[in-house]
Amino acid sequence: MSLTTDQAALDQWYVLGAVSHFPFGTPVETGLLGEPVTVTRRDDGVTVIGAGRSLPVRTTYNHVWTSFGTPARDIFALPEATEPDRRWLYCGGVRVAASGLRLIENFLDLAHFPYVHTDILGSEEKPEVAKYEVEQRRDVDEIWATKCEFFQPKAAAASDGGQISQYMYRVVSPFNVMLYKTPPTAPNRWDVIALFVQPVDETHSIAHPFMLVIDPTSTDAEIIAFQQMIFLQDKIVLENQRPALLPLQPGRETPTRADLSSVLYRRWLKEKALTFGTEPRTDGVAAGA
Amino acid sequence: MPKLYDYVLSGSCYKVRLMTALLGVTYETQAIDFYPGREHKSPAMLALNPLGQLPVFEDYGLVLRDAQAILCHLANRHDPAGTWLPRDQRFGQVMMWLGFAGGELMAVSAARMVSMLGYPGDLEALRAKGRMAMRVIEDHLSDRQLAGGIWAVGDTPTIADIALFPYVMLSHDAGIGHEDYPAINLWQRQVRRLPGFVGMPGIPDYF
Ligand SMILES: [Fe+2]
Repeated sequence: MSLTTDQAALDQWYVLGAVSHFPFGTPVETGLLGEPVTVTRRDDGVTVIGAGRSLPVRTTYNHVWTSFGTPARDIFALPEATEPDRRWLYCGGVRVAASGLRLIENFLDLAHFPYVHTDILGSEEKPEVAKYEVEQRRDVDEIWATKCEFFQPKAAAASDGGQISQYMYRVVSPFNVMLYKTPPTAPNRWDVIALFVQPVDETHSIAHPFMLVIDPTSTDAEIIAFQQMIFLQDKIVLENQRPALLPLQPGRETPTRADLSSVLYRRWLKEKALTFGTEPRTDGVAAGA
Repeated sequence: MPKLYDYVLSGSCYKVRLMTALLGVTYETQAIDFYPGREHKSPAMLALNPLGQLPVFEDYGLVLRDAQAILCHLANRHDPAGTWLPRDQRFGQVMMWLGFAGGELMAVSAARMVSMLGYPGDLEALRAKGRMAMRVIEDHLSDRQLAGGIWAVGDTPTIADIALFPYVMLSHDAGIGHEDYPAINLWQRQVRRLPGFVGMPGIPDYF
């Protein structure tokens, strides 16, 4: 395994974990884009070494971010991060034997709720995905899915019963995504649940779920347990998905109506000519074409 | 009401959740932030269990640790018929498999923590130990099935089956698939059919 040559993948910011999860003074070995990287947290900041050099580091949103290349944009804006009553929860990295792009696409998918998160995020009695809107916001280079609605028996750790949850999805870079969702305790606001994916290699990823939520009652342990439960239900599906790499070639996987966001996500990846974590095409069409 | 100090991803806590579900025992839970928070090592939790491990189960004023001990307690207290923990000649065999479930089979748990959560450890060595434990179970269940049986001990499910089930099923999180274990596959489908069965993340009801 060695560092990818995929420039589109290199020129992105990646999360390597929550700052607070790195011990002081002890270097931590991990991997990114096929290459080993070493993270060291010291009193005066965090350093990341990879491919024989010091890599750029940001600690935005209390996470360690790095890049092997030259990202076209700074790390995305998250206005909710300034709201004082939000709880910041770092759910811990979970390793998944799957392409990071598969993780993002699964995160965007509403249709799997009744079957994978049965009686929690969805109900087999109400499996229909209502029509929602997707758009590529070219000014910020993000994908948004809005006006998503879904009946959820237990939408969050603080839920007492079922609710129709409103959702918005936001893909801020090929491996970083978040959703906005109505909290059971504050229906006029949005919880933010982010999934930062660290692509270790093409078929191994570390998922770093991060939450900025409004929940005055649940304990940290309850909120983290809820999120981990949901993610582990996805993990077994992700690890059994074939092909392991995300196919971008037309006809390899047939999208359904509920997959609007997936269709746009794949188109957006093609536009970026991103190939890391994608299935090699056999139709002679080069990435980005 | 009994109380389980619980971690949702723990196969050992799941042994208790599954047994209470099968027995119809109601209880409350307190979520413990095992990962990433290491709350099981907090002073409050060490006061309950100086070993710093989950599960911990409170019932009848007792504070119990060790999933296998808790299974024995549940069967003892909540199964007056004694089918889950038989007191006849099956008792010793049930105990033998409980010891194995809390001993050799925990290599699968350790491999899972390294593989899934990035804990330090020699993943290949742990996987090899885990596969050896799985092989012991496979050979035993295969013999049982050849003799017309299905359960680990005797003709009915016992706490031995419940103690073995979680980490056998979670082995795929440790990178140990089930392709080579046909007897385990037959047995696990029977466990899933038990009235009151509940799954856990990584052990879905739909497989
Ligand atoms: Fe999911």
